[in-house]
Amino acid sequence: MNTAVLVLEDGRVFHGTPYGAEGETFGEMVFNTGMTGYQETLTDPSYHRQIVAMTAPHIGNTGVNDDDPESSRVWVAGYVVREPSRVVSSWRATRSLDAYLKEQGVVGIAIPGTRALTRHLRERGAMRAGIFTGPSEPVEELVERVRRSPGMEGADLAAQVATAEPYVVPAAGAKRFTVAAVDLGIKGMTPHRMAERGCEVHVLPATATYEQIMAVEPDGVFFSNGPGDPATADVSALRKVLEARVPFFGICFGNQLFGRALGLSTYKLRYGHRGVNQPVQDVRTGKVEISAHNHGFAVEAPLDGPFETPYGPAEVSHVNLNDRCVEGLRLLEQPAFSVQYHPEAAAGPHDAAYLFDEFCEILASSSARDAGRDSVQHSPQNSVKDGKDSHPCG
Amino acid sequence: MPKREDIRSVLVIGSGPIVIGQACEFDYSGTQACRVLRDEGFRVILVNSNPATIMTDPEFADATYVEPITPEFVEKIIAKERPDALLPTLGGQTALNTAVALHESGVLDKYEVELIGADFDAIQAGENRERFKEIVAKVAREHGLNAESAGSLICHTMDECLAAAGELGYPVVVRPSFTMGGAGSGFAYTEEDLRRIAGAGLDASPTTEVLLEESILGWKEYELEVMRDKADNVVIVCSIENIDPMGVHTGDSVTVAPALTLTDREYQNMRDVAIAVIREVGVDTGGCNIQFAVDPRTGRMIVIEMNPRVSRSSALASKATGFPIAKIAAKLAIGYTLDEIPNDITKETPASFEPTLDYIVVKVPRFAFEKFRGADQTLTTHMKSVGEAMAIGRSFPEALQKALRSLEKKDSSFTWAGELRPKDELLAECRTPHDGRLRTMQEAIRAGATPGELFEATSVDPWFVDQLFLLHEEAEAVAEAPELTVEVLERAKRHGFSDVQIGEIRGIDEARVRDLRHALGLRPVYNTVDTCAAEFAAKTPYLYSTYDEESEVPSGERDKVIILGSGPNRIGQGIEFDYACVHASFELSRAGFETVMVNCNPETVSTDYDTSDRLYFEPLTLEDVLEVVHAEQQTGTVAGVIVQLGGQTPLGLAQALKDAGVPVVGTSPESIHLAEERGAFGRVLAEAGLPAPKHGTALTVSEALEIAEDIGYPVLVRPSYVLGGAGMAIVYDEETLTTYMAAQEGGHPVLVDKFLDESIEIDVDALYDGEELYLGGVMEHIEEAGIHSGDSACALPPITLGSNDIKRIRAATEAIASGVGVRGLLNVQYAMSAGVLYVLEANPRASRTVPFVSKATAAPLAKAAARVMLGASIASLREEGMLPATGDGGTLPLDSSIAVKEAVLPFNRFRGVDIVLGPEMRSTGEVMGIDAFFGVAFAKSQAAAYGELPTRGRAFVSVANRDKRAMIFPVKALADLGFEILATEGTAEVLRRNGVHAKIVRKHSEGTGPGGEPTSVQCILDGGVDLIINTPFGSPGQAGPRLDGYDIRTAAVLRGIPCITTVAGLAAAAAGIQAIVRGDVGVRSLQEHAQALRG
Repeated sequence: MNTAVLVLEDGRVFHGTPYGAEGETFGEMVFNTGMTGYQETLTDPSYHRQIVAMTAPHIGNTGVNDDDPESSRVWVAGYVVREPSRVVSSWRATRSLDAYLKEQGVVGIAIPGTRALTRHLRERGAMRAGIFTGPSEPVEELVERVRRSPGMEGADLAAQVATAEPYVVPAAGAKRFTVAAVDLGIKGMTPHRMAERGCEVHVLPATATYEQIMAVEPDGVFFSNGPGDPATADVSALRKVLEARVPFFGICFGNQLFGRALGLSTYKLRYGHRGVNQPVQDVRTGKVEISAHNHGFAVEAPLDGPFETPYGPAEVSHVNLNDRCVEGLRLLEQPAFSVQYHPEAAAGPHDAAYLFDEFCEILASSSARDAGRDSVQHSPQNSVKDGKDSHPCG
Repeated sequence: MPKREDIRSVLVIGSGPIVIGQACEFDYSGTQACRVLRDEGFRVILVNSNPATIMTDPEFADATYVEPITPEFVEKIIAKERPDALLPTLGGQTALNTAVALHESGVLDKYEVELIGADFDAIQAGENRERFKEIVAKVAREHGLNAESAGSLICHTMDECLAAAGELGYPVVVRPSFTMGGAGSGFAYTEEDLRRIAGAGLDASPTTEVLLEESILGWKEYELEVMRDKADNVVIVCSIENIDPMGVHTGDSVTVAPALTLTDREYQNMRDVAIAVIREVGVDTGGCNIQFAVDPRTGRMIVIEMNPRVSRSSALASKATGFPIAKIAAKLAIGYTLDEIPNDITKETPASFEPTLDYIVVKVPRFAFEKFRGADQTLTTHMKSVGEAMAIGRSFPEALQKALRSLEKKDSSFTWAGELRPKDELLAECRTPHDGRLRTMQEAIRAGATPGELFEATSVDPWFVDQLFLLHEEAEAVAEAPELTVEVLERAKRHGFSDVQIGEIRGIDEARVRDLRHALGLRPVYNTVDTCAAEFAAKTPYLYSTYDEESEVPSGERDKVIILGSGPNRIGQGIEFDYACVHASFELSRAGFETVMVNCNPETVSTDYDTSDRLYFEPLTLEDVLEVVHAEQQTGTVAGVIVQLGGQTPLGLAQALKDAGVPVVGTSPESIHLAEERGAFGRVLAEAGLPAPKHGTALTVSEALEIAEDIGYPVLVRPSYVLGGAGMAIVYDEETLTTYMAAQEGGHPVLVDKFLDESIEIDVDALYDGEELYLGGVMEHIEEAGIHSGDSACALPPITLGSNDIKRIRAATEAIASGVGVRGLLNVQYAMSAGVLYVLEANPRASRTVPFVSKATAAPLAKAAARVMLGASIASLREEGMLPATGDGGTLPLDSSIAVKEAVLPFNRFRGVDIVLGPEMRSTGEVMGIDAFFGVAFAKSQAAAYGELPTRGRAFVSVANRDKRAMIFPVKALADLGFEILATEGTAEVLRRNGVHAKIVRKHSEGTGPGGEPTSVQCILDGGVDLIINTPFGSPGQAGPRLDGYDIRTAAVLRGIPCITTVAGLAAAAAGIQAIVRGDVGVRSLQEHAQALRG
């Protein structure tokens, strides 16, 4: 029988059988606790260079379809499951997950001990790992090779996953706003959520400068999710956007960059948040959202009230109730906010979709304000018209 | 938002007796609620007529009313206790309906009682099908969601039904409004079906309303468990997928959690719809469940229904996830929000999250069709199962196989041995949903069926079908392996194969497989149900076995006691045993032991993670129990394993456990054998000089006839290899005995006992420590001998026995306890006939009546028994104050209250089954009526079990010749109370001759009269009768009078009219009706009764 082995950098080894492509792969070992949405997870660019273990035992039951991917390819570096499905059961499926992983060249492994692996990572933190299929070298040798593979801290990965060329996602229905979305690893659902609210979304490469951003004459600027260590990223363009008081919204990696632009630091969580069941509290309303998460880093910020930044006072807007981790930031005197989690969901619950409405509301009100001042600095033609209605979208 | 300070006292309504569709899950939820409310400092007032529940223990409420759950009685309680609030969402449909009635009649307003947990409007919106449909449409429209309702029409008359079916097209689904467990619903394929089902449905619905719906048979079926707090935080606790597609009631389906065949998009759409619906319905605080159907070809999703309350599925979801829905619902009802409530399992994270599972949970229903010959065994939208078992595994095959063996029923597990039937026959059988359909499917696979054929026959999702093929392939791998290596065994174990199954496939003994497995070092590990897929550490040891990598059993410091529970509810083994196990756990924990519970019934209090120090959610088979004991021995000292409290299931394991070196405490397996084996028990009785009815054992018809001739008719016959009265009959003549014997399987001995006609049966529960006997209670059956004690009403203290009789009973019980060697509980059944006390049987274990006796006499028998089993003496327990300082249940003062236990039978679920009681137990539950007067206590028990006895109207009387003399006085009493008496000719003559005016009604077998005079059955069906007295006569299989009685009783069930089938029952009923008419029926809490009793 075919064998495969999962090797962690601390020497722990899990034996299993190959799943997907055969070969070897390296990456940061993380676990995802979602019980649905493996196809979205696999195609989420934020998982670039990570080996993802699914805690849900049965994976692949509904196969793979053409509607659900979050990007054009699978990004995970490797995939660890317990019980791969032998058949496909869904009226939307076009092929099996196994075939898809093979076609995408993604090396995976099925092991019984996914729970033991999760507990190990919980206690010792995310770490490097490798999957090797077929007959292989002695384990000690494999551990050495895993240890020589690059880690996640200090990794600058956004440019590797982002689009090389700008492209436009047109508004669904009448266009109300123009949004410049900087792609740091953006998921397909994000521009879709904006587009269905009347935003024409100009998706720009991760390396976009302030000038390139402003060249699309945006009503607002968006920074997406993405892989890697936020400490390595360049935030100069974002700082200029904030200085110009252009409305800003960030998600995940975009939240971390917003934090750094505000002068806050970021740190690596021991094993991160990856799943679709995390309770996040909106500090203003006290309401709890069940939210989709995928982050290994977080922003360090005071939880007990507003704090000063170069752009005026700011506050932590959302907090994770499991571990009191910062889940959102907001400037109090300028239209800029971000969240660490995923309001676009996919996979995950839609509780936080209101954040896209809020983004559109600030686009509408700042357009209206601009119109009132008759400012020409950066007011796209059609937002004046929209501003008159001044109704929130969504 | 902290808890409300404007409420001081809360009335909680329970769900009453265990019936099909409403079982001990509501004891679980109600107990949780009472605990929460008391912990929060509220005065808790509880009403529940079911004495077998843990919630009705006096310690769970400040005032516990074991009174009928009817608006009339609950109003009396409200008037007396004046609670500030009423919590109606944790007692099933019974509690909800009672609350609605109290609201509608203005009682709640009058006494200023606030409904908490759900408001009246939300209940209406959730339960009224038309309004619910509008809500679904609104939600779909306003939120742009994929959701709709099945095409349907509301009908209030049969004409409307017929017109609606014409519009929708056959088949149509019939759903009566406001009934529980889907009672009265079904599929109508033809107009004839429709007339029958909708007719009964209109009757069953309290609002005379049924809904006819387009058929979505064969669609995928799902459920979501939802919770909402007053700050509008909403979480989905669990998704559940039914393996049996639409068409089978979810209570009768094999179900799995989490849902396994939905993509995230479909799941999130379902979640969005559920949340939007709960908001729109207006369930402000608490839990509800929503059911969906999905067309497997197109994904079209239909919202079937919602329950704006805690349900059976909530109990399952709680056990499946570790998220205690009932407990949290109670906290939300008193003002907390989800984020203010900690997650008990992790202690660190809040309850405002959605559990995620890294294991699979499978629930399988337990049926009891063998008890109801003649009942339609096809599974429909009308729930028929009497219990369920749940199992957890790290994969679906593992969980499914564990669940099937948890059923503890012959042939419930997959098998690869034995003769195969032809594939076509098996596939044809698969087309009709039935008990064990997955097994039929597996057998069809063995016979060569393809996945396509199975899907076509069953509509079971192809993914589940493939899992059955996977199991089949694994079984073949086991069969074909040259030897059982560790690899072969490990693979088989990971797919859930038991040692028994592996042994069967390999043609070797279970014990050999186990020895080999242990020699290879292959044992299960125990994982934690932690709500979070190991993301956070679990602080509460709620464990399940699996063949995986790491065991998570924490080490213990105190001596451990392992308590074996009773498994799935079934007829004869139900909540009473869970009560005893839970009591033992509470008490032993208090006494300093670490308690370990093993059970597989998700409905129970015992499987609540905070009942015991540790919980193992495991099947109760020898293999599974031995592994738990081993795991616990690895991490500490096991002081003992208790097998006496969970009924026959653990008792059956006693000897094997002892043989394996497990320290079984209490009555030894050898002593258990002494009581259970006929010959051995006979010697015990002979030594004590106690008589038993004459008996013999027959293998053939002629042997049986000879024995019967010798001991004299009537005789009680039963196969020797079955327990619980299965297959028992009372035979009055040779002809019937011949028929009975001919119907028996060849080779099995049949026990033939002298049946003591005209005797009084007596049930005794006692406690014995080796020196002293504590007589817990002496119960006198109200029906005469011949009716299974579980189905018989009884009174405690006994109403016609004097102190001399009790003295004899005490002496006999002590002799048996000492002769058998009992340490703990003992139940003895006696018959008093012509002054002689006969011993019928003795069971050295907790009996069904332990909770009833404990409540009636205010002495915690199960707790005391647990202590005795671990070495305490009755004297020391008296000293501690657990038992009264002097006296016992046999020395109750003459003025003490009288408690009546009445059985509740599920005949309304099994149309076509004769409702006559007999030696085979068929009741699902029981109620208690307690009062200073016997008549009132009896009337209360009837009101609690079947609805109040009528106080006026027409009584129809038709009795067997032997009963004619005895019925005269009670019938005269009814006539004096103003009842109009109708009777069949013979009965009427006797009554008239004795001065009771009785109007003659035609027998059913005579048919309608020449002038259109109706028969008795027609009178009943037309609603012209309020009370029926019909004692059976004739023998089974005979036409004429026997069949007449059968039709009368069937009509009584159809119309829901009280039907009394014994003369003794009639006398008690007459006394009860007199008491009601006099108007001296009050309510009194158990605490007040106890105070009176203990002074």
